Amino acid sequence: MQRTQQSGKSRKRKEQAIRSLFFIIALASVMALGFIMYFLFVEGLPVFSKVSVKDFVFGRYWYPTSQPPDFGIFPLIVASMAVTGLSAAMSIPLGVLAALYLAEAAAPRVRQWVKPVVELLAALPSVVIGFFGMVVVAPFLQDLLDIPTGLNLFNGALMLAFMSVPTICSISEDAIYSVPVELKEASLALGATHWETIARVLLPASLSGICTAIILGMSRAIGETMVVLMVTGGAAMVPESIFDPVRPMPASIAAEMAEAPFRGSHYHALFATGIVLFIFTLLFNLLADHISHRYKQTGAATL
Amino acid sequence: MEHINGRRRLLENSMFWLFRVAAIINGIALLAVVYFIASRGWRAINWTFLTEPPLDSMTKGGILPCIVGTICLSMGAMLVALPIGVASAVYLSEYARPGRVLRIIRLGINNLAGVPSVVFGLFGLAFFVIYLDMGISILAGSLTLGALTLPVIIGASEEAFRAVPGTYREASLGLGATKWQTIYRVVFPSALPGILTGAILGLSRAAGETAPIMFTAAVFFSPSLPASIFDDVMALPYHIYVLATAGTDIEATRHLQYGTAVVLILIVLGLNLMAIIYRAHLQKRK
Amino acid sequence: MKIPKMKVRDLNFYYGKFHALIDVNMDFNLNEVTALIGPSGCGKSTLLRCLNRMNDLISISRADGKIFLDDININDPGVDVVTLRRHIGMVFQKPNPFPKSIFENVAYGLRVNGVKDRAYIAHKVEETLKSAALWDEVKGRMHESALGLSGGQQQRLCIARAMAVEPDVLLMDEPASALDPIATQKIEELIDELKSQYTIVIVTHNMQQAARVSDITAFFYLGRLIEMDKTESIFTRPSLKQTSDYITGRFG
Repeated sequence: MQRTQQSGKSRKRKEQAIRSLFFIIALASVMALGFIMYFLFVEGLPVFSKVSVKDFVFGRYWYPTSQPPDFGIFPLIVASMAVTGLSAAMSIPLGVLAALYLAEAAAPRVRQWVKPVVELLAALPSVVIGFFGMVVVAPFLQDLLDIPTGLNLFNGALMLAFMSVPTICSISEDAIYSVPVELKEASLALGATHWETIARVLLPASLSGICTAIILGMSRAIGETMVVLMVTGGAAMVPESIFDPVRPMPASIAAEMAEAPFRGSHYHALFATGIVLFIFTLLFNLLADHISHRYKQTGAATL
Repeated sequence: MEHINGRRRLLENSMFWLFRVAAIINGIALLAVVYFIASRGWRAINWTFLTEPPLDSMTKGGILPCIVGTICLSMGAMLVALPIGVASAVYLSEYARPGRVLRIIRLGINNLAGVPSVVFGLFGLAFFVIYLDMGISILAGSLTLGALTLPVIIGASEEAFRAVPGTYREASLGLGATKWQTIYRVVFPSALPGILTGAILGLSRAAGETAPIMFTAAVFFSPSLPASIFDDVMALPYHIYVLATAGTDIEATRHLQYGTAVVLILIVLGLNLMAIIYRAHLQKRK
Repeated sequence: MKIPKMKVRDLNFYYGKFHALIDVNMDFNLNEVTALIGPSGCGKSTLLRCLNRMNDLISISRADGKIFLDDININDPGVDVVTLRRHIGMVFQKPNPFPKSIFENVAYGLRVNGVKDRAYIAHKVEETLKSAALWDEVKGRMHESALGLSGGQQQRLCIARAMAVEPDVLLMDEPASALDPIATQKIEELIDELKSQYTIVIVTHNMQQAARVSDITAFFYLGRLIEMDKTESIFTRPSLKQTSDYITGRFG
């Protein structure tokens, strides 16, 4: 064995080098995130020499091309939050109930077919959903409710719900499905019905997973671009009813970047809007991460 | 007691109906989108549509440059994301030990996955297009889409690596293989099908994204097919958006819009179906 | 004359705070089969995995004390684990062939050891499969997947795979526990033939198996080596009551 000691050393060095290489590559995601933040700030912060942070965030007027321009993104922030909130009101019950169906009620054969359908729904490109909202849902809403335009907050929220239901459903389903079967059996053996078992045992045990699912679904909705760009109507004002047209942050960025003069105030203002949007989703994600780590799901043995 | 049982039964049944209805709504949603678009779009699709460039200010002709552009961009994205993503997954599943460093990397991946697609677009514009001076090009768009799909690839690959039985690693190490030999001779080949599934999903994700390529790669109209990775391109998702919102005659080109949407849906859902069927096939084999 | 191939001296082993092995001292002799027996959790498998430092894979574990292979203390920080494992082969509880062909499974150890000569590899694979008494059953389908073999054949393949790199010592962790009686018998016959070339250490739950295949039996209880002697003495007249209670099935 001693003969090989020397080659062992060089081999160890090689192994260590390989390990370091993989470590460096694994940092790519962190670096990408860092670069994203860096460039958002480099291109976005200059706008604050023209307008104060307070006026930017709480200013009620977004007229970036007037003379002089107004850079107040408050209507855009309200629009983003309204669209996301309304879509959450639709997608949370739908997503969680569908998850309960898949995890608890569906026969294995049905589950085997429905789960891929949910995944396919998640895979539909957002531009297709936006297109659908524009050419099918909008005229339908306009006729049905006799409103001036079908391109409005409600339509946008509905289409966003489309996009976040699959996220909420599949992550919740994983959480419910992974509750130890012993807990479920214990409840059933005590004479609880299946529904009582779900309400009193399964849901509490998988609550953190479901919360994570909901937050990630909402994060996806607030950052979604093409849907709100195509179906919310594009008016940069604070909405008074859910059938008013609005202009959420991502829509504003996507629609205006092409015509904003390079490194002019408008350009910087759009990057600054990107910063606000990024902070929103970052908070959502950190919250989701915190919940899923802080409230780890209860295992059978720790009870 | 009979009475209570009756009420409990009723509650149970109605709750289960509620679950079922929720699931059915999901199914209907998918069917509705696909049906409405397919029923109006299939007539637009013919050989000319698939093999000709747009004509007459994009009111006639086909979408060949868009198909080519989308293929270039999504393939390019995978060339970027696949090596980096698989290597990251190797580190996470084979080398990383629990601790602060691992926590930071995971946080980075999770947050990268949550960055809005339009913010990726801004980043691509500022970094690749302007700072690295790539211009609006396939290269810049592929790099942006690559960053966006990186978390998808990492997630799928890591899952694939973790699904490789620990006994394979033990057996290999027990024979005097080094850790690296074990990874590339035993773990990687076993995880390859799972990684492939992830790559297909990444491809479909990249093909369907619009916002990240709006400022980095895609153009309204390009008279010729791209000749190099420094050319700008047309792309299916962006073409739909342009025709539907800013075309020269929006109503007259409806059939082109539907047709383009059908082609995009076919590509994206087709890739996803491939991944789902392949995965089911793998699970059956086990 | 007995030649001690491996010597364990004052070995203590911990999983985190759990003291899994306590002051173990014992020798494993050349050309002998040593069986490690004892109830579940007694430390016998842990000891086996100390002998090729497989426990290194568990990050919270720690070993104190010395284990000699010939004259080298394998717990010495300067010892290269990879080289060590090339000298000490291991066969696991469940057959764990790689999802590769039969040929590639046996050739694996040679390839990772840098052997490139195709003719030599082919020769070695055949030779090893013959000594594992598997050659006649698989010679027609060397390039088919090893996962298509029966459990007993898979385990003999794993033994062949371990032998192909010509180790000095073979460690076997309940090698027959997942097999039917006929396959078990074949494995036991194989062990008996192999001991002329190797030092073999086998962990087993099965008392009859220990009695059939081993020359020396060591009884473990709660992390301690309780008694170690010639197998026939242990099974006919154990000197300690704990040992006889276990062997006669009164606990464990």
